[in-house]
Amino acid sequence: MSQVSTSPSMAAVGASAKPERRDIGLRGRYAAERRFRFYGMAAIAFGLLFLFLLLFSVVSKGYTAFQQTMITIPVEFSQQIIDKNNERATNPQKLVTANYPVVARNALAKVLGVSEDDRAGLKAVNGMISDSVRVQLRNLVTADPSIIGTTQKVTFLAHGDLDSAFKGQIDLSVPETNRKVSDKQVGWMNQLAESGALSKHFNTGLFTNGASSRPEAAGVGVALIGSLYMMLIVLVLSLPIGVAASIYLEEFAPKNRFTDLIEVNINNLAAVPSIVYGLLGLAVFINFAGFPRSAALVGGLVLTLMTLPTIIIATRAALKAVPPSIRAAALGLGASKMQTVFHHVLPLAMPGILTGTIIGLAHALGETAPLLLIGMVAFVADVPATPMDPATALPVQIYMWANEAERAFVERTSGAIIVLLIFLILMNVGAILLRRRFERRW
Amino acid sequence: MNMMSEAAVEKALDRQMNDISYKMIGKDVSVYYGEKRALYDVNLNVRENTVTALIGPSGCGKSTFLRTLNRMNDTIDGCRVTGRITLDSDDIYDPNIDVVELRARVGMVFQKPNPFPKSIYENVAYGPRIHGLAKAKADMDAIVEQSLQKAGLWNEVKDRLHEGGTGLSGGQQQRLCIARAVAVSPEVILMDEPCSALDPIATAKVEELIHELRTNFTIVIVTHSMQQAARVSQRTAMFHLGNLVEENDTDKMFTNPDDQRTQDYIMGRFG
Amino acid sequence: MSISFLLLIIAVIGVAGYLFGSWRANALAGGKLSSLHSRPGYYGSFVAIWSILPALVVILVWIIASPIYISSTVRGGFPEEVKATSQAEQNLAYNMIGAISRGLNTLSAQEREAMFQDSATARTVLAAKGVPLAADPAPYMLTSADDLNRMTQASSTFLSILVIIAALAGAFLSYRAIAPKFRARNRVEGVMLVSLIAASSIAILTTVGIVASMATEAIHFFNMVPAWEFFFGTTWDPRFAAAGATASAGQFGLIPLLAGTLYIGFVAMLVAVPVGLFAAIYMSEYASRTVRSIAKPLLEVLAGIPTIVYGFFALITVGPFLRDISAQLNGLVTGNYASFIQAQSVLTAGIVMGIMLIPYVSSLSDDIITAVPRALRDGSLGLGATRSETIKRVIMPAALPGVVGALLMTASRAIGETMIVVLAAGVAARMQLNPFEPMTTVTVKIVNQLTGDLEFTSPQTLVAFALGITLFAITLCLNIYALYIVRKYREQYE
Ligand SMILES: Nc1ncnc2c1ncn2[C@@H]1O[C@H](COP(=O)(O)OP(=O)(O)O)[C@@H](O)[C@H]1O
Ligand SMILES: [Mg+2]
Repeated sequence: MSQVSTSPSMAAVGASAKPERRDIGLRGRYAAERRFRFYGMAAIAFGLLFLFLLLFSVVSKGYTAFQQTMITIPVEFSQQIIDKNNERATNPQKLVTANYPVVARNALAKVLGVSEDDRAGLKAVNGMISDSVRVQLRNLVTADPSIIGTTQKVTFLAHGDLDSAFKGQIDLSVPETNRKVSDKQVGWMNQLAESGALSKHFNTGLFTNGASSRPEAAGVGVALIGSLYMMLIVLVLSLPIGVAASIYLEEFAPKNRFTDLIEVNINNLAAVPSIVYGLLGLAVFINFAGFPRSAALVGGLVLTLMTLPTIIIATRAALKAVPPSIRAAALGLGASKMQTVFHHVLPLAMPGILTGTIIGLAHALGETAPLLLIGMVAFVADVPATPMDPATALPVQIYMWANEAERAFVERTSGAIIVLLIFLILMNVGAILLRRRFERRW
Repeated sequence: MNMMSEAAVEKALDRQMNDISYKMIGKDVSVYYGEKRALYDVNLNVRENTVTALIGPSGCGKSTFLRTLNRMNDTIDGCRVTGRITLDSDDIYDPNIDVVELRARVGMVFQKPNPFPKSIYENVAYGPRIHGLAKAKADMDAIVEQSLQKAGLWNEVKDRLHEGGTGLSGGQQQRLCIARAVAVSPEVILMDEPCSALDPIATAKVEELIHELRTNFTIVIVTHSMQQAARVSQRTAMFHLGNLVEENDTDKMFTNPDDQRTQDYIMGRFG
Repeated sequence: MSISFLLLIIAVIGVAGYLFGSWRANALAGGKLSSLHSRPGYYGSFVAIWSILPALVVILVWIIASPIYISSTVRGGFPEEVKATSQAEQNLAYNMIGAISRGLNTLSAQEREAMFQDSATARTVLAAKGVPLAADPAPYMLTSADDLNRMTQASSTFLSILVIIAALAGAFLSYRAIAPKFRARNRVEGVMLVSLIAASSIAILTTVGIVASMATEAIHFFNMVPAWEFFFGTTWDPRFAAAGATASAGQFGLIPLLAGTLYIGFVAMLVAVPVGLFAAIYMSEYASRTVRSIAKPLLEVLAGIPTIVYGFFALITVGPFLRDISAQLNGLVTGNYASFIQAQSVLTAGIVMGIMLIPYVSSLSDDIITAVPRALRDGSLGLGATRSETIKRVIMPAALPGVVGALLMTASRAIGETMIVVLAAGVAARMQLNPFEPMTTVTVKIVNQLTGDLEFTSPQTLVAFALGITLFAITLCLNIYALYIVRKYREQYE
């Protein structure tokens, strides 16, 4: 900019002494200029405002998901309840089907001083404990049956509603009948919190658990594994294929009708709605080739086809950016065209290719619609052992939770979105760093 | 700004004004592109109704100086101008001076013809329209016709005024751009190598045009070609490495320059 | 032998071929590498390629051909009364035989014997082995299953032998071909070139796959529902039939879905176009370098956020906000605090989709605007135009074709967008003009029809493909036209 500001002072222009000076409507024109400029700033502000709102909305709703209310109390593994007739030696089923929730309930009732025959009281106590306690205690007992009859200190999940209440997400001024936790439960909660038996812990379950109908026990662990499988498949397939295709198109292809067609085709594939790839996957991989539904393999293949155009476009740009002088130099030394490309051009283009690949992968990681069609909207509680097993993916898990109305699931959904966004940020930052690190000015 | 007191400047200016009529006066003009200095304290005056040619080897700052005269440098990021330039005794870098108005008084024609992707008529009418110079359609028609006539293009395009301006030949395009500048009725027209993209015949036409425009306008023209400077200008200024080497009557400049470097350049020893 | 083991064997033969090939080339050169046409590694690669490629081709052909052959043989062995039944029933029977055959492999010899004695016990026996059957198998199925197993076994053995022979023969023949004057590099590079070409034709194959697969299924659909009822029908009511039931009548009118799609896309463009365009103009013409370097990437973050996140944002934040604010407004004006905007509505989906599209509009337009030559800008400024005049009267008219292309591309994205509308637009297929009410879109219905049980014989499932191919055709036309315009535009300023 010049040292002198370009903005004029209207007064001075008006007061100018020159009589023959023409009136060229400066006042109105500068007003229009300011208006126009304002629209531009407003547009950017609007976009940024919504970016901020979106992130704020997700983070403010979701950050609490990274903590989980737990109850730590001594639990008596009563022989009376678990295995009344002492038949576990002959009937191992006994330990599997025992009524563990009652064990936990009684333990909590004892701590809270609720009598054994106060049925309403016991029910309220039961409502403070997550149903997941059944599996947790069962696993403890089947792993080591000798603890039956002893008392052990156990940490288990509080019920989702209690978790919400403890995090202050339930409005306690609402009449008692209209909310999910009663005053009595809130009193107990505070009592337990004071004694240290109830407290918030870092929510490891969010990262390790699979789908669950109980929000407090639901996690994205299984979905993460599914997404990981798919990303690996996408990477392994789309990077070599994409690079090979780009090398051909950029370095070898003659300019003719056919390569023109491929060119137009790739640009179009990049703009085909993602859901169409889902239909393709359903019709070709599942219905025609007979791959299993919900499998990470199919998801990976679909996402590969979807990501290929992005990678090809990025790779071609990177190859184009390598100056022709490099090729000329290598060819001049007697290298074949193939050697020139693979030994000289490709290594120079690699940072650009990898950047494009990471961005393509990031896109694939967040993609939901095609996965819905190939049946990845499934309730998958177990970690898929191979890419052929039923699996789900992080964004699909988010979609499924978004459809659950319960408050605690809103928190989970937002938490899962935060996890997804963190992955995306990491990938993009990686791409930016890669570009910075290797950026070359020819 | 320079360190000379305001009063002293005024005095100096008055003295000069008494002798000859100067349209624009540049005093200690320096230009920086970021850290890089492109002009060193140039003192150059532009006489009214005269064609002043700026010559010199490429990269010596001719265009840079030309652009300071209507503040086109403002549009370049990181460009900084110091010194003082006046137009009829108004300091054009004064904060109270308005660039839009300045550029309406000091028009510019560029090296490469750059007609807008609009019709011929609209190209010429563009300036008068934004400045609101014509109140009625008839006024505008008159301005367009006169401008095209002044630019010597009227007879060639009068039947296709509403066809695209980009469809003309290079020489016609450049004359269209001149007509476009003339239509605003500026006081000064700056031309940056207006013929460098044209063939010899088109060049001759534009040179002829410049000759005629001199009666109504003050013209500053950057040119690469010595012959062109000799043909069209009355005054010539020679730049070298960002310095003004010599400014003189064109005739004298080409026959008996004061400065050795001018002589060398004109003899073709560098450039 | 499993396929993966076979692949391993091939790989081993390939590596061995590489080593022997290079070694032999070295030996032939006798220390004078220049006497060879190519470097030894190329001879090695040549042998490796000939060991691996033919074997892989054999496997590929086998994988495709053998199930077809086996299936047709087993079906040929069906009793006549089964052959007389419908194709669907035969498929069912064949699937059951497949399940039984898997179960058979897990049984011990006695269990097998017992089961063959009494086919009625088969279901319980197999269930205990973790192979559930849908019904009691007919006796012929057990023998068929046995045949199936035997054929699969034989086929697998045969394949293993064939593959190993192919690999060894390839290795041997190519090894023999090695000679100092042999142009190994050219051969290897020829193979590489072919694989490069193959990789680029995947792009074509994908398009062919999309069109062919969707067209096939859509044709099945149009055999059940007349095309004109689909394309011009104004009622969408597919009546989910129970799985297996034959095509119960339902109405599959595309028009209400298309109306919803276009309406929501229109609202989205109403948000995205002005905001995106002005943002692009501000960034390319006004913003200082610092502002640009901050605002541009931040806006592009909007493009990197997955659409499911936008959908959730619409569902949880924007929808309820619009609903509540409309209730407040209504209350202020009429005293009746009933909301007139529903949480799921055209407006909610449109606004949020519009926000998602802002970065597309702005970055595409930014590219286009910066492609306008600087000379035009200078020409206008040099005549004394203000910046906004220059933009409005010179730059935008010059950029117009390119911008139109960019907007068409954006529109095609709006039409194909799925997750936002799935969560925020609603599922009711209605034709109406009130933006405060829910409407549904083509993409929502594709998802609806394909989640849950699939029945590739019922129109309820197949209609999704008809919808899909319609969507594909619309977006394809928009994109091709947009690409064409933008290409023309770029050529103009190159
Ligand atoms: N926009 C710019 N940014 C940076 N440096 C510039 C710019 N324009 C010109 N220069 C530099 O200023 C000097 C003078 O340039 P210019 O006035 O264009 O020379 P001329 O027109 O005499 O050939 C040159 O060294 C050139 O590199
Ligand atoms: Mg120049």
